[in-house]
Amino acid sequence: MSDVAQSQVSHGHDGETRRDFLILTAASLSVVGVAASIWPFVDSLNPAKDTLALSTTEVDLSPIQVGQRLTVAWQGKPVFIDHRPPAEIKATEDVDISTLRDPQKDSDRVQKPEWLIVVGVCTHLGCIPLGQKQGDDRGPFGGWFCPCHGSIYDTSARIRQGPAPLNLLVPPYKFTSDAKITIG
Amino acid sequence: MPVTGTGRTSRIIRWIDYRLPFVAMLEHELHEYPTPRNLNYWWNFGSLAGIMLVIMIVSGIVLAMHYTPNAAMAFDSVERIMRDVNYGWLLRYIHMNGASMFFLIVYIHMFRGLYYGSYKYPRELLWMLGVIILLLMMATAFMGYVLPWGQMSYWGATVITNLFSAIPLFGQKIVTLLWGGFTVGNPTLNRFFSLHYLLPFVIVAVVGLHLIALHTHGSNNPLGIDNKGPQDSIPFHPYYTIKDAFGLMVFLIFFSIFIFYLPNFLGDPQNYIPANPLQTPPDIVPEWYFLPFYAILRSMTFNVLGIPSKLIGVMLMFSSILVLFLLPWLDTSRVRSARFRPVYKWVFWFLVIDVLTLGYVGAHPPAGTIVVVGQVATFYYFFHFLILFPLLGKIERPRPLPTSIGAAVLGPAGAAGGN
Repeated sequence: MSDVAQSQVSHGHDGETRRDFLILTAASLSVVGVAASIWPFVDSLNPAKDTLALSTTEVDLSPIQVGQRLTVAWQGKPVFIDHRPPAEIKATEDVDISTLRDPQKDSDRVQKPEWLIVVGVCTHLGCIPLGQKQGDDRGPFGGWFCPCHGSIYDTSARIRQGPAPLNLLVPPYKFTSDAKITIG
Repeated sequence: MPVTGTGRTSRIIRWIDYRLPFVAMLEHELHEYPTPRNLNYWWNFGSLAGIMLVIMIVSGIVLAMHYTPNAAMAFDSVERIMRDVNYGWLLRYIHMNGASMFFLIVYIHMFRGLYYGSYKYPRELLWMLGVIILLLMMATAFMGYVLPWGQMSYWGATVITNLFSAIPLFGQKIVTLLWGGFTVGNPTLNRFFSLHYLLPFVIVAVVGLHLIALHTHGSNNPLGIDNKGPQDSIPFHPYYTIKDAFGLMVFLIFFSIFIFYLPNFLGDPQNYIPANPLQTPPDIVPEWYFLPFYAILRSMTFNVLGIPSKLIGVMLMFSSILVLFLLPWLDTSRVRSARFRPVYKWVFWFLVIDVLTLGYVGAHPPAGTIVVVGQVATFYYFFHFLILFPLLGKIERPRPLPTSIGAAVLGPAGAAGGN
């Protein structure tokens, strides 16, 4: 073993050896190589291309009457579309937002006041609130009521009572014409 | 060697080791483990096979997350893996070519054992566990090949399961049991998927036993003589870990050439046609690693003593692997390494040529000279193990063995035990 010991004679300034350098570079390269090899395995668990292809949804709004609510699927999630009557818009715009848990003006949640478009997933633990169908319990604020844990949303889908921390999410969408939107 | 030192880490390790001697075991099996100092590169293939098993299990688990084991959806789900799943093509090509690489490595590993007599006393069980691993690998690979549900998958499954119909009296009942129906179908695909997922973990367990047996008497070596003391061995780590790591890198380059440049070279284009139960492809050819056994199966074209050729063919095919279990007792020579067996050295290479010939025969349609060549090669395969092997040990005069590994490697100074 004395041969090995002699080959470790210091070449650097502070006792660094050629072996230290080799170990360090080999180890760093191995870490990079292993990380690069693991990445495809991890990335394969991300949404596949056919899943991503379903990531936008087009909706024709023209058949929806004033006062009617419609549910469409976007990325597998329900999106609530509410064609709100003028009186309801006026009432929800007049709410003092300083009294809200997640303060947000109604005008910040809509692109056109008569169309409220939100993701219908309760921000508490992911249930779908009631209020889309005729005869559903809409809660005391006329919006939506989550039957799982009793979260209550108003006509702007803002959280008013119950355990949910946030307002229903507004998905990214744009009007492609007066009566058509693309969500996502 | 217990962990010494007073730092926090060594205190924690000592606390754990006192209760669960994990680090102590690693230290004992990897660092202190005395390994013959003269192992050549043919000894790389054991660790390579172990790494290949891990690669197959990891890529297989991820593929199973995207695969659908249903006769109506399996083929499309594999195509979805190829086109839509992120890096799905890479995972599938790794797994597909990985099977070939695994067999290549294991076959080299086995021929190394044959050449250097690694199956002899006291390593008989080590060898037999290896043969069990080979059988498990074959079952796993066969069932895995059925999963993409292409034409070769379907008809390969039909042909191989029909082997069991050769069993007298109960043959057809057994085949129906295997199929879960009256042809290969959805129930067959479901059970094959289940078993294809299970068997690799059984292999892991048998590999564990293989390693325990290995570490009981240590590795054989190119001289085939026993380790006689410290002058004959070096610690496994770092000497053989670094040698194995180098071999692994060379192997990964070879493997990558197939994955990235020749991904379908070893496969059959027929398997990109969805399974059609109403039409058999013109040529049914198994994957290359089954070809020699396939040739033995087909070699029987005549009845013997009233036993149908079909049954004999199937029996010969299974016997060609089962005979390996008897190898430690069929070989009567006490000398392990072919280096000191002037006749066996040649006989070994005849066997290699014979197996390659069988592989060639298995890849070609059975007609004309191919049939005769297959029959001669099949005969020689069994002649080698059942007659030549036992005789050779009795009549061959081996060359004198070195007194020790150290003496052979380091010269006379090494034999004295000095440095």
